[in-house]
Amino acid sequence: MIELKNITKVYHLGEIDLPVLKGISLRIEDGEFVSLTGASGSGKSTLMNILGCLDHPSGGEYWIDGKNVAGLNANQRARLRNQRIGFVFQNFNLLPRTSALENVMMPAYYAHPARTTKEIRKRALELIDLVGLTERMHHTPAQLSGGQQQRVAIARSLINNPGILLADEPTGNLDSTTSVEVMNMFRELNRKQGITVIIVTHDPKTAAFTDRAINMCDGLILEGVAEELSAKLIK
Amino acid sequence: MKLATLFMTCLSGLVRNPMRAALTVLGIVIGIAAVVAIYEIGEGSKKQVADKFSSMGANVVNVYGASVSTAGVSSGMGGRASLYAEDADVIMKECSDMVTAASPCVRTSGQVIVGNQNWSPRTITGGNEHYLKIEGWKIATGNGFNKAQVEEAARVCLIGNTIAKNLYAGQDPIGQEIRIKDVVFTVIGVLDTKGADGMGNDQDDCLILPWTSIRTRLTGGGGAAVIGKGGAANSTTSVSSTSTFSTSAVNFYPGADLQPYTNAPHPLRTRTVDSLLVQVKEGVEPNTAMDAMTPVLRRQHQLEPGVLDDFEMRDRSQFVKMMNETTSTISSLLVAVAMISLVVGGVGIMNIMMVSVTERTREIGLRMAVGARPRDIMWQFLLEAVLLCLCGGVIGIGLGRLASIFVSSKMGWPTATSVEAMVLSVSVAAAIGIVFGWYPAWKASKLDPIDALHHE
Repeated sequence: MIELKNITKVYHLGEIDLPVLKGISLRIEDGEFVSLTGASGSGKSTLMNILGCLDHPSGGEYWIDGKNVAGLNANQRARLRNQRIGFVFQNFNLLPRTSALENVMMPAYYAHPARTTKEIRKRALELIDLVGLTERMHHTPAQLSGGQQQRVAIARSLINNPGILLADEPTGNLDSTTSVEVMNMFRELNRKQGITVIIVTHDPKTAAFTDRAINMCDGLILEGVAEELSAKLIK
Repeated sequence: MKLATLFMTCLSGLVRNPMRAALTVLGIVIGIAAVVAIYEIGEGSKKQVADKFSSMGANVVNVYGASVSTAGVSSGMGGRASLYAEDADVIMKECSDMVTAASPCVRTSGQVIVGNQNWSPRTITGGNEHYLKIEGWKIATGNGFNKAQVEEAARVCLIGNTIAKNLYAGQDPIGQEIRIKDVVFTVIGVLDTKGADGMGNDQDDCLILPWTSIRTRLTGGGGAAVIGKGGAANSTTSVSSTSTFSTSAVNFYPGADLQPYTNAPHPLRTRTVDSLLVQVKEGVEPNTAMDAMTPVLRRQHQLEPGVLDDFEMRDRSQFVKMMNETTSTISSLLVAVAMISLVVGGVGIMNIMMVSVTERTREIGLRMAVGARPRDIMWQFLLEAVLLCLCGGVIGIGLGRLASIFVSSKMGWPTATSVEAMVLSVSVAAAIGIVFGWYPAWKASKLDPIDALHHE
C-alpha cells in the first residue's frame, strides 16, 4: 500500500522558491490500477519521481508498505527501487546494441542479495515469454518495433518481482493499436498478478484503461475524473 | 553487483563500441610498446656490456705492486717489483675457499716474425697454467700450456685470432715456428675470438706464453741496462726518461733486493712479476676475497705490522658495475620518456571516458532508476577504463616485443626479453586506468537519475 501524507516539493531556483507540489495526500491500495493525469506543469512528473523514489519530497510523509521512505538517502532509495518498483518509460530506455534478453536481465544484476545469472536468465525467459517475444529475444532494440521495445521494457520492469509498476507515458511513442496492446498488457498484469500499476499520462484514452484516475492541477489533486471517462470508454 | 557480472557488464559496454575502444587504447598501446621495446633494447645493451667484460675475465682481482717514489717522483701503481710468482701459489693454497685460480702475470712487447711476415701484437702476456681460465680465454685449436711447460720455461705460445690471420693467412699455425723478439717459439694453440673489449681494443691481437718464458727468454735484452740497485731507477745507458715507467719494460722495476743485472737469467729477477691475477669464486664478493688475501700476502712479503702494504688490489668488476650503471641511466631515461607517452595515452583514455559518460547518460539514468547505487556506476566506469588500459597493455607488450625482435634481427642491436618490463608496463597501464578513469567514473556516479533519464 502506498500512502502520501501532505507531500510537498519545492524547487529552489536561485533566490526564488518554486513550489511544485503543494501538499498531496493520496492513498493507493495494493492491486490498484491507477492513472495519474494532468496538464504539463501540473506537477505530475514531480509526483511520479517521488512515487518512484527517484526523488525525495521537501516535506510530508511517504509510506510504502508501512515504511516511511521520505527520509531515505540515495543508496537506500536505489535498493528500494530495485526491490519494490518497476519502471516503464515513454522512450523505452533500452540499452542500445544489447539483446532483448540482456535488457530484461539487467536490473536483476543490482539485486541484493545477489542472484545467480542462471536464476536471472530463467526468470527473464519467463517474462520474455509472457510479453510474447520469445522468438525475438536475441534481437537488439534497433531490430524491434516500438511496441516490441515497450514489451521488452515491461518484461524488464518485472524482473525483480516488484509490487508496484510505474509507467511514465508508456504509450506516448506508440500508435493507437500498439497503445491498446500495451495498455491491455498492463491491465492483465494488474488483474492476474495483483501488481499495483500507476500510469502517468496526459492522454485521456490511456487513462481510460485504468480503474481510477488521479487528476492533478497546479500541484494539487482533483479526484474522480477518470472513473467517468473509463465508464464511458470501456462499456 | 557481483564482480563477475560487473566484469561482463563492462566488457559488453566496450564491445558495444569496438571502434571507439580501439582508438581509445591506441595511445596506451603505443606507450606500452615504446616502454617494452626500449626496456628490452636497454637490457640487451646492458647484457652486451656485461658479456664484453666477462670476456675480459669476470670476477677477477688484480694485484699490483705498490707505487714507489724515487727522488720525489712517484712511479704510480705497480712501480714496485714486490710481487713474486710464488705469491700466486700461496694465495691459491691458503684462500682456496674464496679463490678458484691465481696466476702471475708479466707483460712485454715486441715484434713477432713468421717467415717473411712480421707483426707487433698489442699484448704479449705471460701467465701460468691457470691464466687462460682466469682471463676467460677459450682455445679454438691446439692446446694450452701445462704446469711442466711453465716450470721449464718452454718455448711455446698461444696466438690470438688476429695474429693467426695476419701471420699465417690460411695455414694452420699449430706446430709452426714463430720468432718473438728473435727467440724461436712453437705455436701450440690458437685462441678463440673474443672481439673488442669494453673499450674497443682488439683482444684477439695478443700472444700468450708461460710467464717464465717471458722472464727468462724475452725480457733479458733491451731493458737490461736500466735495472737499478736499491730501488733507484738510475740510467746507466741511453734510456730516455719517458720509457722509465713504461709497463712493457718489466726490468725497470727497482727491486730493493735485486743484485746488479748480469746477462744470464737471474734467479731473483725471474721471480718477480708485474701483477697477479686472482679469480674469485662464483658468489664470493671480490672485496671479501681481497680482505682474505691481504694478510696472506703481507706474511708472504714479511711485512712488519705498521708497514704499509707493498701491493695494491683492484677489483675488475667495479668497472663492469660502472659501465652497467651508465647503460642503466641511459635506458632509464628513455623509459622515462616513453612513460610520458603513456601519460598522454592516459589523458586520451580520460577524454574518451568523459565522452562515453556524456553519451551514455541515459543508460546511467536507467541503471540508477532500476536500482544501481552511485558506487555501482562508479565501479562500472572505472573498471571499463582499467580494462581498456589492460587490453592496451597486453597489445602494447606484443607490439613492443615485435619491435624489439625486429630491431635485433634487422639492425643487429642486442635485445633481451624483460619480464620486468612487462610487469611494469601492465601495472602502469592498470594504474593509468585507475587514475584517468576515476574522474569520469566519479562524474557518472554523481549524476542525478531523473536528469540523466531525460538527457537528450
